[in-house]
Amino acid sequence: MSDKNFPLLFERSKEGRTSYSLPELDTESFDLESELDEVYIRKEAPKLPEVSELDIIRHYTGLASRNYGVDSGFYPLGSCTMKYNPKINEDIARLEGFSHIHPYQDPSTVQGALEMLYDLQESLKEITGMHEVSLQSAAGAQGEWTALMMIRAFHEANGDHHRNQVIVPDSAHGTNPASAAVAGFEAVTVKSNEEGLVDLDDLRRVVGENTAALMLTNPNTLGLFEKEILEMAAIVHEAGGKLYYDGANLNAIMGYVRPGDMGFDAVHLNLHKTFTGPHGGGGPGSGPVGVSEELAVYLPKPVIIKKDDYYTFDNDRPKSIGRIKPFYGNFGINLRAYTYIRTMGAQGLKKVSEYAVLNANYMMRKLEKAFQLPYPQHCKHEFVLSGSIQKRLGVRTLDMAKRLLDFDFHPPTIYFPLNVEEGMMIEPTETESKETLDSFIDTMLHIAKEAEENPEIVQEAPHNTIVKRMDEATAARKPILRYRE
Amino acid sequence: MEFRYLPMTSGDKQEMMDEIGIESTEELFADIPSHVRLKKEMKLKAPKSEYALTKELTALANKNTSTKDVVSFLGAGVYDHYIPSVVDHVISKSEFYTAYTPYQPEVSQGELQAIFEFQTMVSELTGLPVANSSMYDGGTALAEAVNLSAAQTKRKKVLVSEAVHPEYKQVIHTYAKGQSIEIVPIKLKDGKTDLTNLKELLNEDIAGVVIQYPNFFGQIEPMESIQELLDNQRKTMLIVSSNPLALGYLTPPGDFGADIVTGDTQVFGIPAQFGGPHCGYFATTEKLMRKVPGRLVGQTKDENGARGYVLTLQAREQHIRRDKATSNICSNQALNALASAVAMSSIGKHGIRKMAALNMQKARYAKKKLMEHGIPIVHDGPFFNEFVIQLDKDISEVNAELLEKGFLGGFDLGRVDNAFQGQMLVAVTEIRTKQEIDQLAKELGDIHV
Repeated sequence: MSDKNFPLLFERSKEGRTSYSLPELDTESFDLESELDEVYIRKEAPKLPEVSELDIIRHYTGLASRNYGVDSGFYPLGSCTMKYNPKINEDIARLEGFSHIHPYQDPSTVQGALEMLYDLQESLKEITGMHEVSLQSAAGAQGEWTALMMIRAFHEANGDHHRNQVIVPDSAHGTNPASAAVAGFEAVTVKSNEEGLVDLDDLRRVVGENTAALMLTNPNTLGLFEKEILEMAAIVHEAGGKLYYDGANLNAIMGYVRPGDMGFDAVHLNLHKTFTGPHGGGGPGSGPVGVSEELAVYLPKPVIIKKDDYYTFDNDRPKSIGRIKPFYGNFGINLRAYTYIRTMGAQGLKKVSEYAVLNANYMMRKLEKAFQLPYPQHCKHEFVLSGSIQKRLGVRTLDMAKRLLDFDFHPPTIYFPLNVEEGMMIEPTETESKETLDSFIDTMLHIAKEAEENPEIVQEAPHNTIVKRMDEATAARKPILRYRE
Repeated sequence: MEFRYLPMTSGDKQEMMDEIGIESTEELFADIPSHVRLKKEMKLKAPKSEYALTKELTALANKNTSTKDVVSFLGAGVYDHYIPSVVDHVISKSEFYTAYTPYQPEVSQGELQAIFEFQTMVSELTGLPVANSSMYDGGTALAEAVNLSAAQTKRKKVLVSEAVHPEYKQVIHTYAKGQSIEIVPIKLKDGKTDLTNLKELLNEDIAGVVIQYPNFFGQIEPMESIQELLDNQRKTMLIVSSNPLALGYLTPPGDFGADIVTGDTQVFGIPAQFGGPHCGYFATTEKLMRKVPGRLVGQTKDENGARGYVLTLQAREQHIRRDKATSNICSNQALNALASAVAMSSIGKHGIRKMAALNMQKARYAKKKLMEHGIPIVHDGPFFNEFVIQLDKDISEVNAELLEKGFLGGFDLGRVDNAFQGQMLVAVTEIRTKQEIDQLAKELGDIHV
């Protein structure tokens, strides 16, 4: 990490340099220019880089060194489940029999792929306790929207066209209300109580004949288990609504309790979180949807089925909400998740949740000595600290996050959920050793001490990174979204 | 059973429980209502060692017929192209693939800059000034464009050409239902959008017109005439779905007045992998910059004046705007955008035109050879790298026969509509050889008689 103004690939470009190695034109040649009307022939070549193969490798090796991943160090980004990404998953995903198959091949030529998908569906049914699972959705947000579209179809089939509201807790991920809006619903907020859980009285107030569903993350984004889940389910179901489970935090409860058994009618999972499909710098993900028997007829098309030991697609689903994505979901990510599930088994997955929760509680107890802990009960796989003590010393949570960078840690999620002042949401995951947790804890305590004794060093952080704090205001006011010569 | 991803020793566990003040980790789960607790072990297959699982899954992979084992003429939205070796080497760098969304720019400059470069390349290809960091795939990107046109124009009707990919159309329908947008099909004529029908359907209630260029049947749509028809319509947006490789040779949609151009960069460095993950792209005008779905990377400076990159215009996005966001998209296809950026850099400014032309040349040769073997070609307009042939047999039977000879035949259009029974969409990319094409023509000639 040396060069401050790292060149863009376009700036390394030099007319006449090439890196391509195209197959030969071994057929006769046709005069394309006389065949096509000249208006359809591109006048000016797109300005892609002109670089050598070594230029490309040096460029991206340089960029990689300016990036931080789980393989670089501890990444306690709350709600994102930044666990280790097993290398076998990458190897399996690159087997030619999986990576080089076309979605329109005849099912008889892709039985291995379909068997894997079917078995993954079965595994996720068992893990979630749901009746049927679709692997179509590309990511969590698409899974949310897919399930809400199914819930909408269910209400419409019952003639309940007036059910146009989806209830979302104030601590929910932003995708929840956004998905509700894209599915054509109005998002209604339900408040949290002093314990950080959904306020049942407020829930009773907001449910009604217009309620289509309640979207709930459990444990919630504060890392707290909604222990009154059965009462909540009863309130929503009695009002005629459906209960939706946002699986972002499934890593906390595998093998302990299943959404289906808690009364949820629909769930989505984030395979790139709980089931180790890597995050890839922001994607691709996979967001399978599981549903109750009642909602199963609305699943997106097609559904993978097994008939007499032959795997194929079922497109004969007249009540289906339709197709939500071309082809059959993010197969490559589903395959990685499947490899992980087969590595861990039932016992292993339960241990995953046990250690994810143990690690979070251990860190929480160590850190509450220096930071305000708004919700003192045991947490699940993550917890939220408030930086309010440090704020009074003039040191904001953002400053502490930036200071962590100086110690080669990725900061936690900050300023989320919205109901905690100066929030820091910490999710260690189960794959980190006690030594790593202790090292992070020591660093956090050190920063808390700095905030008291030498606040400038925190306020002016980071000091050791390749770039300092960025001018985000100018970036948004005068956007530069592409390179120009 | 040992688990190699779980590092805690029993000693560690005890120390941690002591610190928390518990005797068993069960206490940490005591808030789960006991009667819904799972009392038994989940019924999953027993865990396997790395060696045994690799062996089992390799055998499973080998049950599939890979396009590496047969000669593929199958396309229809997913193509078998040359993937430069550098691509997998770059995306296998774990600083990229094990990172999250670059919310902390100081330690994410690598990802941010790579995406900024991707945005630039998409902008160059499409002829529009703004491109986002990626969408799930070409189909959902197009559906988001339809939603955006309705939101922007405050109109509730969108015209979609029947020459758009059938699965993209289905996705548009599902998304449109969520926003109560009416989708009206524009008829086909000779494998292209029927301009007379488009003209009849256009009026001031139309939010957008969706065209695929080149279209699903491989035909190059008359964009100039479509632009002329739309020039008379104030506000109505032109939304174009394009194979970005074709845009290495063809005039970019931006030059024909497109307001939004979407598509899939699978053609650049991304293997078919049974349909996903691929990588959607989304490009648009400066005017719509603040309405774009998904993430945008922008260039800025740090406190010391050093150039750097950040996620920007986040006020459009779900994590800030919640139910008022322009889209619910959160995760995108960042790693695949990186793969495509590497592939586009490798192919380069001149290579891309050559590669696109190579597809067109070999496709024309295939068309000629098939005609020589007595196979009728359905459309006679200009095309990119796909064209439709008419056979007197059921295409699924034809493809079964071809498979025995080592060929993956083209897409069976009868799957889309009964009117297309006996029609096959043949895709010919740059990696097909003269010998392979000659052989296919001979086999199909023999089957067709």
